[in-house]
Order: sequence, then C-alpha cells, then structure tokens
Amino acid sequence: MDITARRKLTNRVALALSLGAMAFGVFWLAWILWDVLRLGVGGMSLQLFTVDTPPPNSAVGGLRNAIVGSLILVGLSTAVGTPMGVLAGIYLAEYGQTSWLAKATRFINDILLSAPSIVMGLFVYAIVVSRMGNFSGLAGVIALALIVVPIVVRTTENMLILVPNSLREAAYGVGAPKWQVIKSVTLRSARAGVTTGILLAVARIAGETAPLLFTALSNQFFSVGLLEPMANLPVTIFKFAMSPFADWQRLAWAAVFLITLGVLAINIIARTYFHEEIKR
Amino acid sequence: MEAARDTLSLSRPGSAATASLMHTTNGRRNRRNDWLFFNVTRFFALLTLIILAGIIISLIVASWPSIQKFGLPFLWTSEWNAPAEQFGALIPIYGTLVTSFIALLIAVPVSFGIALFLTELSPKWLKRPLGTAIELLAAIPSIVYGMWGLLVFAPLFAKTAQPWIGATLGKLPVIGALFSGPPLGIGLLAAGIILAIMIIPFIAAVMRDVFEVTPAILKESAYGVGATTWEVVWNVVLPYTKVGVVGGVMLGLGRALGETMAVTFVIGNTNLLDNISLFSPGNSITSALANEFQEADAGLHTAALMELGLILFILTFLVLAASKVLLARLKIHEGTRA
Repeated sequence: MDITARRKLTNRVALALSLGAMAFGVFWLAWILWDVLRLGVGGMSLQLFTVDTPPPNSAVGGLRNAIVGSLILVGLSTAVGTPMGVLAGIYLAEYGQTSWLAKATRFINDILLSAPSIVMGLFVYAIVVSRMGNFSGLAGVIALALIVVPIVVRTTENMLILVPNSLREAAYGVGAPKWQVIKSVTLRSARAGVTTGILLAVARIAGETAPLLFTALSNQFFSVGLLEPMANLPVTIFKFAMSPFADWQRLAWAAVFLITLGVLAINIIARTYFHEEIKR
Repeated sequence: MEAARDTLSLSRPGSAATASLMHTTNGRRNRRNDWLFFNVTRFFALLTLIILAGIIISLIVASWPSIQKFGLPFLWTSEWNAPAEQFGALIPIYGTLVTSFIALLIAVPVSFGIALFLTELSPKWLKRPLGTAIELLAAIPSIVYGMWGLLVFAPLFAKTAQPWIGATLGKLPVIGALFSGPPLGIGLLAAGIILAIMIIPFIAAVMRDVFEVTPAILKESAYGVGATTWEVVWNVVLPYTKVGVVGGVMLGLGRALGETMAVTFVIGNTNLLDNISLFSPGNSITSALANEFQEADAGLHTAALMELGLILFILTFLVLAASKVLLARLKIHEGTRA
C-alpha cells in the first residue's frame, strides 16, 4: 500500500471511531432517559402529590412530603447562596481583578466548584448537625447553599467581564458613582448570563443527594420545620431504590422521573433563554 | 432604580446647582455607599477562602480521635471492624482509585472522539444539538445514574457483557485474574463504567473548548500542505492544546474520585479485598460514607469516617488544583504562540 492510501485509511478509521464515540455518548443519554420515562410514567398519579411517603407494602403512598421538602430546601438555599455568589462575583470582576484576594478566590472557587459535594455535607455535619444534636432542614439548606455559591460566583464574573468598558465609562461620564454603575449598568446588562447561572445552580442542587444524607436526612412525615429532619426527593430515592419493596421502588422511579424532568427542563430553559437574550 | 435615575439626571453637565449638590449630601452619601458596596463584595469574596479553611479545619478536628489512634498506617491498613473499633482505609481508597482509573480508561478516548467530532467533523447544524445532548448527560443528577445502574444496567451487565468478558479477557494470562469470578453485575467494574458515562461530558466539554482555541491559521496551514483531518488533529491541534487536554482529564478525575451516588448504588459495598478481580464487589470512600455514616456511633467510627472524608478532600483538591493550573497555562500560551 502506498503512503497516500495508508494516510487516507488512517484518516477514515480515526474519523469513524470519532463518529462512534459521539454515538456512544448519545446512546447512553437516550438509554437512560428512555428507562426513566418508561419506569417513571408508571408511577405517575395524583396521589403522588397529595399523599406522603408510605411505610412498606401499603396500598396508598405518594411523595408529597418529599416534593414539598425538596422545594423548600432548593428554594431557600438558592435564595441564600445567590446574593453571596453575585456579590463575590462582582468583587472579582469589578474591584479585585488582579489583587491577591481575587486571584486566590478565583482559584479556590473553581476548585470548590468541582469538589465532591459529599465533603460539603460532612463539613455542615461537623459545624451544624453535631452541635445542634440532630439532623435538620436548616443544615440541608446550608449545605446546598455552599454548592450554589461557587457556581454563581463563576458565572457572574464571566458575564460581568463580557460587559464592554464603554458602557461603564459612559455611566461614569455622567457622574454616576461606582456602586451605581455596577448596580444599574453593568449588572443589568449582564442579567441574562447571571440568571442563566442561577438556573443552572438550581438544576445542579435539585438532584444533590450526598450532602443531604448528612444534613437534612429525611423524614417519613410531612414537616416544614427547619429545625427538624426534612423529607426530600433525592434521599427518598436513595432509601426506596435500595429497598426490596416493589411499591417503594415504583415510588423511587416516579421520583427519579420528576427530578430528571425538572432538571432537564431547567437546563433547556436556561440555555434557550440565554441564547434569546444574547441575540437581542 | 429610582436612585439611579436621580443621580443620572442630577449630574447632567452644565448645571451649577447639580455640581454643588453632588459635592455635599449626595457626594457624601455616594462615597459612603461606594465604600460599603466595595467592602460587602470583598467580604463575600473572602468568604470563599474562609469556607475552604473551615472545611479543612472542621474535618481535621472531627477526625482527630482517629488520626491520633491509627496514625499514618490508617492509609494502608485493610481491617475495617466497627465493633472492635479497628479502622483502616485501604479498601475504600483502593475502590476509589480503581473505579476512577477504569472510568478514565473508558472516558478519555471517548471524550477525545466526541470533541474531535464536534470541532472538526460535525456539520454546522448538528453542532449545537449534539453539544447540548452531551451537556445534558452532565446535567442528569448522579442519583439517577445510580438507581438506573443498580436496577437496569447491573442485571443486564451480569447476564450479557460480564460472562463474555470473563470468557475472553478472563482467559488471558496475567490480566485474566482481573476479570475472573462470578458475574454479579454490581462491583468495581460496573461502578467504573457508570462513572465513565458520568465524566465523559465533563472531559468532552473541556476538550472541545480547548480544541476550539487552536488558531484557525495553524490548522489551515496544515490542511493547505495536504494533511488529512486526522493528521491535523493529531499533529497540530493536540500538541497545541495538550496542556488543556490534560487539564480536562484531571477535571474528570476530580469528579470521578468524589462521585457518591452513582458509585454507592453499584459498587456492592463490601469491605473485603481477597482477590484482584474487578468483578468482585468493593467499597469506595464515598460509598463507605454514604452507607455507614448514619449508623456510626459518635466515637471512633464517626472519626474514622470523617478521616476518610478528609483524605478524599485532599486527594480531589490536589487533582483539581493541578487541572486548574494546567488549564490556566494553556490560556497564557494562547496569546504568545498564536
């Protein structure tokens, strides 16, 4: 075989393998989504939203307490984590830039962004749960907020840097003080990107299980008290899926379906919204 | 908003009254607000560092009884016996490293292929949908992978792929021992495969992004002298971006080491290490934590688990820090080499 033919062959084989790799990735996504749909839809019913998690082998059972608990945990931790993240992001983009604090924060923040979430759970267990003496919704909120902050810091900084300096200069030119420029000009024009970051953070913590195992734990009953253990979808899935009871497993699939649907919906909304806003 | 409009309209140039106003009450208020705003944002930036310090200190304090009792041999002792209060981390550490290694072995070539496809091969209209599909794979919560892995993948794996692997790879000399034993489905190999599926999107996304920073002029010159697509990627794009590619792999490794739910469901949760077969069930740092923490008594058992958490955090911290440094190096080079 002459050299040109061999080079062409190598090229073809490599490109075919690359196509195969792409198909491999999409294949798993399709397979998992298909099974989640197939096994999750079976468990869908109105009861899911009106009845609490049952003891094993009971005729009726739903996920009301877990759904409400998850909404509270995710909602509160986003509400706590977002302002912290946005403010830190503002410091990195508008004030710190090349100061030692900004450099160190950026480095550490990017590590915390990918650090194991289970460690956040252990940390909150050590500083909150072991002091208070019991698992609590409050501890769960803190643990999830600690996961929200790095995500929001990263996207806020990235989006603020994209704002053209001429906008800032125009605002300074008419005499606006710096905090006003940031609040009313820079942050406002970066709002699409910052919102996208917050949505992605919500999608990320909605399915987080490991940190909740050591903090909010779970609750068999309906409870909105932040000082008691709080039911939530991920830990309920963990408990029910590992159990040998068929009705618990069916509920776990229903819960997996709800979470996957929610997380994918938020992701797709965030992406489309961002693209629409950028185009404008 | 109201205040913003006020300041902006008041400070219209040419108005003497405005000027004097700005210098008195408004000016003072603005200077105070500026100071306040700056320090609040700086505080929250500082908070990131405080959180890191808090994690490290609190984990060391919580695991102190265990550190004191077992010392360094904790790392290579395999006995984990709660009633006898004897703890060693060898089996969980082995499980974590082995599953992560299997995951990388599968995920790195696949991610490379995906990045190659997305940057060089894909028709333009397919780029975004396929890119999004891979990113959605990353968005699926790990508990979904875990439950699916345990109830769908593992039984199928035990019935089809595992016997086949045992009959082919398992018969080879030397490495055959890695693929021997009964096909249980769950075990180190299954956990590694599920982990691979989970980290492919992370590595592929970084590789795609770094491939895209390769200056078009370099690629075009190579194409111009008659190089094939593969030659351009292998001899131009990859050497140019190798630091970033390694950074992406490290990022994936960091994820794999700390992944909890996907592993806990399928690894089998056994503190036993009597053969090197990847078919056998095992334990990882994260699965040990997820399974044992709630039943652990407050004394030495909890401290030993906390020490496992500390080891995991230090390990991932080093890997992720290396990843960050490498990716930053690529960025610096971007300007000078282009």
